Amino acid sequence: MSQPQMRKPVECGVPDHMQYLHPTLKKNYGNWKYHDRPRPGVLHHVSHSGDEVWSVRAGTQRQMDVYTIRKLCDIADKFAEGHVRFTIRSNMEFMVADEKKVAPLIAELEKNGFPVGGTGNSVSMIAHTQGFLHCDIPATDASGVVKSLMDELYHEFKHEEMPNRVRLSTSCCEINCGGQADLAIIIQHTKPPRINHDLVANVCERPSVVARCPVAAIRPALVNGKPSLEVDEKKCVCCGACFPPCPPMQINDPEHSKLAIWVGGKNSNARSKPQFMKMVAMGLPNNPPRWPEVAEVVKNILHVYKEDARPWERMADWIERIGWPRFFEKTNLPFTKYLIDDWRGSRSNLNASTHIRF
Amino acid sequence: MAKKPHDTPNLDQLESGPWPSFVTGLKRLAKDKDSMVDLLGHLEHSYKTRQGYWKGGTVGVFGYGGGVIPRFTEIKDANDKPVFKDAAEFHTLRVMPPAGMHYNTDILRKFCDIWEKHGSGLIAFHGQSGDIMFQGCSTEGVQKAFDEINELGFDLGGAGPAVRTSMSCVGHARCEQSCFDEGRAHRTIVNTFLDDIHRPALPYKFKFKFSGCANDCMNSIQRSDMAIIGTWRDNIQTDEVLAKKWFAKHGMNELVNDVIGMCPTRAIQLKEIKAVSKDASVSSVAVNDTQALEFNNKDCVRCMHCINVMTGALAPGKDRGATILAGGKRTLKIGDLMGTVIVPFMKLETDEDFEKLVDLGKRAIDFFAENALEHERTGEMIERIGLTNYLEGIELEADPSMVSAPRTNPYIRMDGWDEEVARVKAKQAAA
Repeated sequence: MSQPQMRKPVECGVPDHMQYLHPTLKKNYGNWKYHDRPRPGVLHHVSHSGDEVWSVRAGTQRQMDVYTIRKLCDIADKFAEGHVRFTIRSNMEFMVADEKKVAPLIAELEKNGFPVGGTGNSVSMIAHTQGFLHCDIPATDASGVVKSLMDELYHEFKHEEMPNRVRLSTSCCEINCGGQADLAIIIQHTKPPRINHDLVANVCERPSVVARCPVAAIRPALVNGKPSLEVDEKKCVCCGACFPPCPPMQINDPEHSKLAIWVGGKNSNARSKPQFMKMVAMGLPNNPPRWPEVAEVVKNILHVYKEDARPWERMADWIERIGWPRFFEKTNLPFTKYLIDDWRGSRSNLNASTHIRF
Repeated sequence: MAKKPHDTPNLDQLESGPWPSFVTGLKRLAKDKDSMVDLLGHLEHSYKTRQGYWKGGTVGVFGYGGGVIPRFTEIKDANDKPVFKDAAEFHTLRVMPPAGMHYNTDILRKFCDIWEKHGSGLIAFHGQSGDIMFQGCSTEGVQKAFDEINELGFDLGGAGPAVRTSMSCVGHARCEQSCFDEGRAHRTIVNTFLDDIHRPALPYKFKFKFSGCANDCMNSIQRSDMAIIGTWRDNIQTDEVLAKKWFAKHGMNELVNDVIGMCPTRAIQLKEIKAVSKDASVSSVAVNDTQALEFNNKDCVRCMHCINVMTGALAPGKDRGATILAGGKRTLKIGDLMGTVIVPFMKLETDEDFEKLVDLGKRAIDFFAENALEHERTGEMIERIGLTNYLEGIELEADPSMVSAPRTNPYIRMDGWDEEVARVKAKQAAA
């Protein structure tokens, strides 16, 4: 019997973006002069040619059903000019070359439940991961956490009232696919993996699991006569690195996988060099469907930043000015010994000076 | 009409509130598709028990080794049968977006039609690697969906130990701060490595990301093995009309506090117009009838702050290109690594310039393929072997712009010092 004829893929790679550009963008490609923001959620770009384009930015739920996408397309066709783009934070931008179209477009988007905002010094949509919906190693959900938080931060998305832009991310394991951000919410496991020794030998490539551990806490062992792995629980830092290559080493725990808050990540080179975010709070419960304890801490930090930072200071710039003791004091977050870095390169995170603010 | 929905008391609570609800979208899809009825049941079970229930596997399309993320349910009954049988398979197709994530409504509608026919109808714009994520497909539907998406001129992205899907900022298409054609660089580089995307055979993943200026909207410095970030070598450009307009609106306090005072290298001074330096490396712009901003461009580190504040009044120079950094990644397993400079400046204008960029990418991938340990990223490899060995491996010269400071310890064999000095001097003399 002959095999069914399989279609060979066309290895076309990244498609040419020029074919999808709004005509004004295409015409002025590489020739823009400046921009301003007539109102939150709207960018106005002016070209050296004199051409102008207005981009209206709307928040989406990222995981979109085809009905939502078609509705957005209908709006783009009827109220914009049929061209859209997405930002890295899953906001959708509608470009129009006619200023008169801006207000009706905003009205239509908002009427259909898509908030217009996320520009400039607002809190933009949260970069997030897959969570329970699709990930194979999640300790919590992603879309649900983001929906809950964006409901709480709705005003800040639609207004530009922050000292500078605020980027948030969430991640459902310590790998942190959500990425660095001004403020990040990340799972922190607190107990070593629970090992199903019946399955390890068949499911896991043991040497590569041993190699994966950052603290060399995993070693091959015979358990009940079966080849398996064991974890030196005193050494284990509960990072979960062993779980993806070896699912029988379950790290996720409904009680003991907690949520931690990190602040001050910054990838932009503006003012200070890029910085990694730092952990400032831990032990928050993984509490679906709305994670109220997390929202409370996030809103509090953002509120203090909003009140206290100067214009153009990102979260990291603000903390650099006021210092960590005052950050913890103002946010009323406890500083504990667990927040002192003792990982590789940690001495660069210690205060090697007498620079202390009193 | 699909089967009867499961009770979803937890998810139901995510339908209220002003932000668009993904749950409402899932429920809409579940009106027509049994798979989405069960997907909602599956998700509700996760919410109830606070655990995930998907496992990986091997599903792909003919001719490729990657690009599909397989998911099989682990919620089974006593007889090892899936409880949510119509969502027992829920695979994702990763599809590479156009540079800058531009679309027209025609192509988006076509995606919707294909995914409604062969998949769940749920699409994420975009995943954290930049892919369009066509989420939720049976094993049988994967090939059919891919064939139709591929016919539209779209291709699968990377997964596993492979070159990964890339991202580039809006850049040239709509940003005055763009210092090179990000879309061209993105497409040129990624389409060079399609074999390494579609057939994962590297020690671990390798990501390129493209940002047109140091604001780095793609977060390339922290999230990519090779970050291409726009910059310029000559003087900041200025526009007096826009500078005066800015000053009239914002005033002296903001000029001093928000612009001059925030320059990280104190490269900006407020001067009387007649006292502004005539040095070739100085640029200036009047803000009123008597005072001007003076920029010492030799001290400027191209951080973008003042340009962000006074867009249009200030702009990147004309001699534009990119700084290239290597080795960024998040924490597992040796701790966070920032990308660090390997090429301080590269022109990106001519075909020849882009060939040089591709050539550098090839050397970086080749060296990575041969020298990284299994599951080791470029940054971790550089940490293990030292930047000097990496530079030699990919044929780049050491440069003081690559370090924040020279070494602070004496622990190195230096018996080749004299020969190296002679070589560097000879090279400088020849240049």
